[in-house]
Amino acid sequence: MTDDVERVLADTFAQDWGRLVATLIRVTGDWDLAEECTQDAFAAALRTWRRDGIPDVPRAWLTTTARNKAVDRIRRERIGAQKVRSLAHEPEPDLDALDSGISDDRLRLLFTCCHPALSLSSRVELALRTLCGLTTAEIARLFGVPEPTMAKRLVRTKHKIAVAGIPYQVPPAARLPERTPAVLAVLYLMFTEGYAATAGPHLVRVDLCHEAIDLARVLAGLVPDDPEAAGLLALMLLQHARASARTDVDGALVPLDEQDRDAWDRAAIDAGLAELRRAVRRERVGPYQLQALVAACHATAPTPSDTDWDRIVSLYDELVAVLPSAAVQVNRAVAIGMASGPQAGLDALAGTPDHPVRPAVRADLLRRLGRTDEAASAYREALTRTANQAERAYLQGRLRA
Amino acid sequence: MQYLLLISADEERAVTRLREAAAGSFDTWITDLEQRGVLRAHVGLHDSATATTVRLRDGEVLLTDGPFAEGREQVGGLAVVDCADLDEAVAIAAAHPAAAFGQVEVRPVRVS
Repeated sequence: MTDDVERVLADTFAQDWGRLVATLIRVTGDWDLAEECTQDAFAAALRTWRRDGIPDVPRAWLTTTARNKAVDRIRRERIGAQKVRSLAHEPEPDLDALDSGISDDRLRLLFTCCHPALSLSSRVELALRTLCGLTTAEIARLFGVPEPTMAKRLVRTKHKIAVAGIPYQVPPAARLPERTPAVLAVLYLMFTEGYAATAGPHLVRVDLCHEAIDLARVLAGLVPDDPEAAGLLALMLLQHARASARTDVDGALVPLDEQDRDAWDRAAIDAGLAELRRAVRRERVGPYQLQALVAACHATAPTPSDTDWDRIVSLYDELVAVLPSAAVQVNRAVAIGMASGPQAGLDALAGTPDHPVRPAVRADLLRRLGRTDEAASAYREALTRTANQAERAYLQGRLRA
Repeated sequence: MQYLLLISADEERAVTRLREAAAGSFDTWITDLEQRGVLRAHVGLHDSATATTVRLRDGEVLLTDGPFAEGREQVGGLAVVDCADLDEAVAIAAAHPAAAFGQVEVRPVRVS
């Protein structure tokens, strides 16, 4: 029984934290109160559910409980009589309405977190806290700053939203094209953090990936004419389809060419390919669609040797032209190394800027060229560049071989 | 909500740039705001060389010839607008002719 409660609570937390916070911000207009009451509701659930059993619809129970706690808090503090009245008249949560497209409060929260009047890092930090329910300590670790510093940054961001009058809304249709790219960027950062956690015992934080995919799906529904929104959704689906094959039983990273392709999630791949087809039909290609096309090349190759590396190289050539980031340039060198041999890859890598995975890529190319000593020292350098234990386990394995 | 718009630009070039801006673009900006009833105050300033900065230290009034912050970019005008939210204030700021070559800082006004 106890285990059941904890399991259901963990699932509900992963799925519904963001929705609960988003709804409470809408009805109270107070970000801190919304977070605190959501937290209190989860704490209350642990006690009550153990005693009375798990409710039929856990999210509805949590929403009602969190809202009641907010009403109590506002009453106790004897502030905002207006707020109490409007809260009291708030109808019982209509789960169907909450789940459908535009009425999803998470979109309001997402667009508000991604407002261009906030710095890029503030947007990501606040989205991870409010939408994904990461703790301040976890976000501090991600950004490599002390926890009190991150706590101050989150307070500052919420203060600016409240005081500067950043509206809590999905922008009007006319503004969506200019506002969507910032949201896509934050969703992709959220997903990549889930996909390859920068620190900690697990390579993949599935809850973060799911949240990002879920939000991207809702967003793509809101802006059906934006091929990059569909492209991002496709990219995430195709990458996430490989999640369970990316680590071995001991939790070490398994590289793409050694993964068990039968373990890839076919349904997710099909869904990703369908999104991608919808996107490219608009004939306005962008960075997310190009990366999704690369992911599609991998996802549709029955065996590693069937991979169309020439096509991948040409996709990376296009990608470098629109998005010349270090990661893209390093990945292009990897593709060249597969299409035209390790020496060509090494030559391409020579001109790329530094990136955390660059030493590992260099090590692999040197190993394939038989330059064992140089490869070993590159693997050792690569080990200094990641705190993720799955990646470290893989690199240590290579070093021993 | 009320916002203060601090309109600033490179003083040396601002005069010419404003003259070069589409004829009447400044008047259009003001007229539009007045018609919408959002403009609470608006003032244009003489150049910063005419400024006097005042400080009280140990009971003594100290004067400095010039603006409190030296620099090429100087405040040339102020406006207070009353509008729905930051998005509307940003749209108003972006429509000011000086936004094209200088910048407009948008600050929420504190209400006591």
